[in-house]
Amino acid sequence: MSEGHLRGRQVFFSIIKRDLMLAFRTPGQVVNPVAFYLMVASLFPLGIAPDKALLSQLAGGIVWIGALLAVLLSLDSLFRSDQEDGSLDQLLLSPHPLPLLALAKVAAHWLATGLALILTAPLLALMLHLPTQAFPALMLSLLLGTPLMSLVGGIGAALTVRVQRGGVLLTLLSLPLYVPVLIFGTGAVQSAVDGMEYTGHLLWLGALLMTGLCLAPLAIAASLRVVVDG
Amino acid sequence: MNWTFFHKLGSPKWFYHLSGKWLPWLGTLAALSMIAGLVWGLLFAPPDYLQGNSYRIIFLHVPTAFLASAVYLMMAGAAVVTLVWKVKLADVALQCMAPIGSSFCLLALITGAIWGKPTWGTWWVWDARLTSMLILLFLYFGVIALRGAIRSATTAAKACAVLTLVGVVNIPIIKFSVEWWNTLHQGATLTLTEKPAMAVQMLWPLLISILGFYLFFGAVLVLRMRIEILNRERRTRWVQKLVADEMGV
Amino acid sequence: MLKLVKLGCERDNRLLFTDLSIELLPGQLLQIEGANGSGKTTLLRVLAGLSSDYLGDICWRGEKLSGVYADFRLSTFYFGHKPAVKHELTPIENMHWRAGLRNEVRSEQQIRKALDQVDLAGFEEVPCGHLSAGQQRRVALADLSVTEARLWILDEPFTAIDVHGVAWLESVLLRHINDDGMVVITSHQRLRDISGQVRKIRLESFSGPVGSDHFADDEGAFL
Repeated sequence: MSEGHLRGRQVFFSIIKRDLMLAFRTPGQVVNPVAFYLMVASLFPLGIAPDKALLSQLAGGIVWIGALLAVLLSLDSLFRSDQEDGSLDQLLLSPHPLPLLALAKVAAHWLATGLALILTAPLLALMLHLPTQAFPALMLSLLLGTPLMSLVGGIGAALTVRVQRGGVLLTLLSLPLYVPVLIFGTGAVQSAVDGMEYTGHLLWLGALLMTGLCLAPLAIAASLRVVVDG
Repeated sequence: MNWTFFHKLGSPKWFYHLSGKWLPWLGTLAALSMIAGLVWGLLFAPPDYLQGNSYRIIFLHVPTAFLASAVYLMMAGAAVVTLVWKVKLADVALQCMAPIGSSFCLLALITGAIWGKPTWGTWWVWDARLTSMLILLFLYFGVIALRGAIRSATTAAKACAVLTLVGVVNIPIIKFSVEWWNTLHQGATLTLTEKPAMAVQMLWPLLISILGFYLFFGAVLVLRMRIEILNRERRTRWVQKLVADEMGV
Repeated sequence: MLKLVKLGCERDNRLLFTDLSIELLPGQLLQIEGANGSGKTTLLRVLAGLSSDYLGDICWRGEKLSGVYADFRLSTFYFGHKPAVKHELTPIENMHWRAGLRNEVRSEQQIRKALDQVDLAGFEEVPCGHLSAGQQRRVALADLSVTEARLWILDEPFTAIDVHGVAWLESVLLRHINDDGMVVITSHQRLRDISGQVRKIRLESFSGPVGSDHFADDEGAFL
């Protein structure tokens, strides 16, 4: 057998590098979700009331829901461009394990959008008068929650990759699965606002993230194989 | 061990013929036990000492809520069979169960709201159970929508199976997180679990009613599956012969 | 090496081909001909392992494909309708990630040489979005001169390529065959220089007896 050994780590990082290069050469991919995030969050004060006390109560939830929607919006393109130019076929035919490649794609997606959203969040929190003591909880919960949302949403993105205008469908498939992330994320912020301990929430998010890291790449790989075959 | 009988049972033609024989029995049994359970429960069971007559909706509400969750689990079972053994019939079942399950889910929510009005004074509370049921409904919608969006039947079958399994892994997490969320947000909500133990005169009609709903589900499922099989296998000789015979009579 | 046993395929309730049996040995090229819509691309996707929706068996080195995917994927190169070239990346960057996916490591020198052979010298640093369709396909085809794969599965590789490119591609195919490689190709092109080793099949001759309805007796239980 001329199998030699598979250079898995190398291909993992080369996919991440490739996707990051792609993201930064079409700046819209990074900037659009952030702009969307800013706009959605600024709709809330307009829609509710510019009342400082009220907003500071709602701020945690608004910042989190905005991030959730922005992640969903950006996920549609996760596999779509690869499907359109034939790269997805090459991913599927690679001798490397597909879950590993899928994990690399998701990691690149998070680095390009999730991180940008996390960096935008404090600005929004400031504009919505989130109490200062809740900022660490907000940042930490987003740090654990956004990669989890990329992983779980990746399954939906894979299942809808060949569906034309699959964006709405992707939202429909992913939103119910986002409920636990949202609950623990906003829970952490709310506890911090109330001056309570919030590590419990973060630990739960961490546990879910670990589960997601183990299972989601398998589900994404299975979905891709199923959807491309046909 | 000879498994061919099992394979035969899995073939759409055999299922169609066999189920044709079962269906009348299943339908009759379902009708009988539903009538028995509901008539007993709605007319003859004693009123609740706290809620009066309004509690009687449980004879509808509890069975539908039971089935709403149970059908999703059955779908997950069918999904495993679809993915591992690629049995056609499992996918037919998966496809036909989704709309039935979502209807039960919707019914459970509606009957719950109707019950909630006199009991809690409001149509809707963000109670942990209600919220989980609502999210379960969204999961059903996802499976139905995905099936509609994918053109190739085989691809749709496997994609829906994967999605169902992803959903079933998430259900306990969702349920747990919603319960955790609810206890954090509001201290004392009315929950269904804190009722006093049920009197025997109420329990029996409820159990019969649940059995009736399960049988009803079975009958509707078989009916839907038969129609779906005819649709999918419309090019085969046996279906064309069947149709020709029907038309000739 | 690659053996098809009674291969059959249907798509959208239409039988594309059936009972296709053929064996491809090292040093042979299999040219698949057929009208548009006769199932050439489907056959190639099945062969490459992108689709498992077929009847019959595919054997690689004497074993069923499903059992030896790992070895099979290391040994094959697939060139599809869509060339898998990223518009935002330069030809060099494209060849790097593509080589990585095939578990090959290519030095920049090797890549530049390969690009030079497909007349892309001077375009190495230009984003592929600025290249013409033919040039983009040549970026993908440049992989042929660096890959170690034994079996090449090429779907219409001659499309949108100029005379010079055609001559180059034919020479690469010839060299691969002479090195005991294998090629499965769909093309209307007459392969002049290697006509000795070419085996041809017309897919239409495997479309089953005319007028027969193969669905008629389908009472199977499995998807």
